[in-house]
Amino acid sequence: MKRLLQWAATVLLAFDWPLLAILLLMALLGMTVMHSAVGGTDWRFADQGRNFLLALGAMWIVALIPPPRLMRLAPWFYALGVVLLLGVEFFGQTSKGATRWLDLGFGRIQPSEMLKIAVPMMLAWYFHRHQGKIGFLDFIVAGVLLLIPFALIVMQPDLGTALLVFGAGFCVIYFGGLSFRLLVPIGLALALAVGTVTYYEDQICQPGVDWVVLHDYQKHRVCTLLNPGSDPLGKGFHTIQSMIAIGSGGVYGKGYMQGTQSHLDFIPERTTDFIFAVYAEEFGLYGGIMLLVLYGLLVLRGLTIALRAHTQFGRLLAGSMAMMFFVYVFVNVGMVTGVLPVVGVPLPFMSYGGTALLTLGIACGILMSIGRYRPVRR
Amino acid sequence: MFEFKKTTLHQKKRMALRVWVAGVFALLCFGGLVARLWYLQVDRYEGLAARADQNRIAVVPIPPRRGEILDRNGVVLARNYRDYTLEVVPAHVKDMDRMLDELSQLVYISPYQRRRFMLALNQSGRYARIMLRNNLNELEASWFAAHAYKFPGVELKARWVREYPEGESAAHVLGYVGRLSEQDMARLDEDGQLGNYRGTISIGKKGIEKTWEEALHGRTGVEEVEVTASGRPVRTLHRTDPVPGSDLVLSLDIGLQKVAEEQFKGKRGALVAIDPKTGEVLAFVSAPSFDPNLFTDGIDVDSWRELNESPDHPLINRPLYGTYPIGSTYKPFVALAALELGKRTATERIADPGYFELGGQRFRNAAGAVYGPTDLHKALVVSSDTYFFSLGPEIGVNALHDFSKQFGFGQITGIDLDGERRGVLPSTEWKRHAYKKPEQQRWYAGETVSVAVGQGYNAFTLLQLAQATSVLANGGVYMKPHLVSTVEDPRTGEAVRTVTRPSYTIKLKPEHLKSVRDAMVDVLRSGTARRAFAGATYQAAGKTGTAQVYSLRGARYRANEVDERLRDHALFMAYAPVENPRIALALIVENGGWGATVAAPIARKVFDYWLAPGRTPAAQAGEPAHPAAPDAPAEVGESPDAALRPEDAPPEEMPADAAYADAPGVGTPGAPSGRRR
Repeated sequence: MKRLLQWAATVLLAFDWPLLAILLLMALLGMTVMHSAVGGTDWRFADQGRNFLLALGAMWIVALIPPPRLMRLAPWFYALGVVLLLGVEFFGQTSKGATRWLDLGFGRIQPSEMLKIAVPMMLAWYFHRHQGKIGFLDFIVAGVLLLIPFALIVMQPDLGTALLVFGAGFCVIYFGGLSFRLLVPIGLALALAVGTVTYYEDQICQPGVDWVVLHDYQKHRVCTLLNPGSDPLGKGFHTIQSMIAIGSGGVYGKGYMQGTQSHLDFIPERTTDFIFAVYAEEFGLYGGIMLLVLYGLLVLRGLTIALRAHTQFGRLLAGSMAMMFFVYVFVNVGMVTGVLPVVGVPLPFMSYGGTALLTLGIACGILMSIGRYRPVRR
Repeated sequence: MFEFKKTTLHQKKRMALRVWVAGVFALLCFGGLVARLWYLQVDRYEGLAARADQNRIAVVPIPPRRGEILDRNGVVLARNYRDYTLEVVPAHVKDMDRMLDELSQLVYISPYQRRRFMLALNQSGRYARIMLRNNLNELEASWFAAHAYKFPGVELKARWVREYPEGESAAHVLGYVGRLSEQDMARLDEDGQLGNYRGTISIGKKGIEKTWEEALHGRTGVEEVEVTASGRPVRTLHRTDPVPGSDLVLSLDIGLQKVAEEQFKGKRGALVAIDPKTGEVLAFVSAPSFDPNLFTDGIDVDSWRELNESPDHPLINRPLYGTYPIGSTYKPFVALAALELGKRTATERIADPGYFELGGQRFRNAAGAVYGPTDLHKALVVSSDTYFFSLGPEIGVNALHDFSKQFGFGQITGIDLDGERRGVLPSTEWKRHAYKKPEQQRWYAGETVSVAVGQGYNAFTLLQLAQATSVLANGGVYMKPHLVSTVEDPRTGEAVRTVTRPSYTIKLKPEHLKSVRDAMVDVLRSGTARRAFAGATYQAAGKTGTAQVYSLRGARYRANEVDERLRDHALFMAYAPVENPRIALALIVENGGWGATVAAPIARKVFDYWLAPGRTPAAQAGEPAHPAAPDAPAEVGESPDAALRPEDAPPEEMPADAAYADAPGVGTPGAPSGRRR
């Protein structure tokens, strides 16, 4: 009887309470904004509610799995993900010019979503196994492990997801000890490249110029970011409209359900990628800062868990998960406010979408599992 | 498994540094975002807020006109009419009740419409458009237009509404459009078509309307208009015209269709008539029918219940969805198989003592008839079961399967309608896959005997029988059956034909074809259907059939003693004229009883109409006989045709009906066994 109670307590108290509190706040806020974004009652509102419940359920279940088991699963999970990605490459279903879905007979899945978790798990597993004797070669191996799924997702093409997978994987490598002597120059070079592209925008955005690595539509996105005015009713429309919506919200916002720009249909994808524009128009600068503070707390809580984790695997994975939230938010809000190109990255816990929410739920579950775990000392 | 190694202090320290760096980096980036928000919402607030106020360039979709559907002579079967509606955007209305009161002095708004509007108002967002009234007449519309300035937030809209002027006629061919549902939207979104459906309210749900949706719909246009603060358009900045949907010319002849439908008044059944030379479907009857106009604006609950729960199942597309054992109408094909496979010559006689015995089991002729010495000709003319019983084991079920398959039995014909069923063309392999238990998977010799007379496991759609008859009439040249013969671009008048050449040709010896054809001619001249075809001005060939619904286990079948729903199905297949066939058909009257007395007279009426001396073959069609004439218009090959019809997708909203379940019952295969209880 006592053991049963103990077991029940473990199962029920699997949560990391500060993290859960932040999540519930976000869910509440997300549903509130969704209600306005869909314009009253709509099936997407109810759907999103169901998605949240599913994500919470998944989080709870994952939180109950102890990290050693997660670690044992990592290589298999990773292998499965890569195989499914290859499946997409050869047998995938195409929609809107991109092949992202795989039909398994009983349902369709988007394997790239799974890699957001599988890649950091795999890399953390690798670094954990080789801890204490990590050399230069190990970083090469890790790089290859990261680049295979990254390349497959870029080929779909799905730059947004590829970016997130890369971000999550890169964080593991970073926490794993990639030398700052290497990182700083790369960072500087990148900054220089971005600066150059911005400066020479006029020349490289000419129609004839081929960007080799990027698809035409991706080039277009970058160019319209650099100069949204160049195509005000075409692709630049998104950025301009969302900037107008956000700016017109002012300090206090126009009030809940009162955003004219979003409700007059000016904001594209207003329930998914551009939901932040709806939020910022209605809740103003205060609302925006509040939301960013919440996200900041989420990231910091994740990093705290990483700091306190007892194993290398746990530290790396938790750190990576925390930073994945950061990448999500930064890329999304950056694109909606017009500082980053428009890539399809949703805003965590706010954007409509079941698969993305499920991934976030699992990520939180992993954080909780790591946060709770104390290895048995021998 | 893996030992969790004790962390060294060094490792932990190094990690801590990196976590701190990451945390600071993340917070700095968030700080950057806050700075950006500050820049937009504080520094640039005035400018952007002003732009938001002028930002009234609304992008308005202009839905295209849906293509019309015409019969082969240009009679309109589906068209669109303009309907004026009043829509309200609640956010722009100050006092809703007062507005409604004032508006109802201009335009009649019934208490019901008002209630419905208030209900919708409570359920929708403040910026949603809510329909207040539809079907405004011209006078009301112009009245409102003149007074529109008094009603901010109320808009006069015009929309296209689908209409089927012929009502119940050919309803199963045309299908219907209905309101765009959430599932439709999700599917369109996946196909990347959702943008093209902005502003469109209905989509093809069944029949031609569904399978040809892509061609019928057209391309949505866009208008960028400057609007006032209340959303009223002031001027147009830019406009991309919509591309109207293509018009579809059917091969169907609505006159012939109506003649055929007339014959099915008060009956349940199906008829398909095909032009053997082209594969064009001339008439396609499923009785009873329904009125597709009920569906266009959302069907009301009562009508739906009445249609869906009727024991006659008017919504089911019988020629495509009903599978039947086709009885004696299968015999001409079995006879041809016997000749082609060299199992029996046309002149060879066998004794018909009234039964055929196999392994101690006796298979009897219908109604206890005894025909004596019988050759192939006589066997077909008098419909001797014994002759064909004996052919069964000689040909063998698998050889028969391979032969009949070429005529399309038990195969998807690929007609351009959704919801087609495959049916069952039995073979030993089929039985192995169809059943789970080993003893059921075995093929018994006796089963071949009943298969040879079109009973047993055979379960074919009526379309398959009609198509097989058409292929037989056409000397083995298989033309794919189709309903849409031409797709016309309404702007350029460019017309594209759908099927122009045969799919394949079955190798058949002319003398074998002649033997079977001569016998089928005599069926109508002196055989089972002679009364129905007495005095015809043309020479037709055909075969009657009666399909068992209920086996009476030894007792003799007496039609008037059996419950109507358990009576046999009456079947008939025929083509005419024999020398140069212009029409081939198959029909079934469910629980009609005898094929000769019930089904054959219907075919006579249809042939009489189609082959009446006044109708010249050239005037009827004017299409080139195959092979395609050199100047034939561009051909639509298999691929675009197939792209329009997601064949493999299960038809949505298919009315569930146990009577048409897929698995053939073991006792009375293929028959509506669900009705036995």
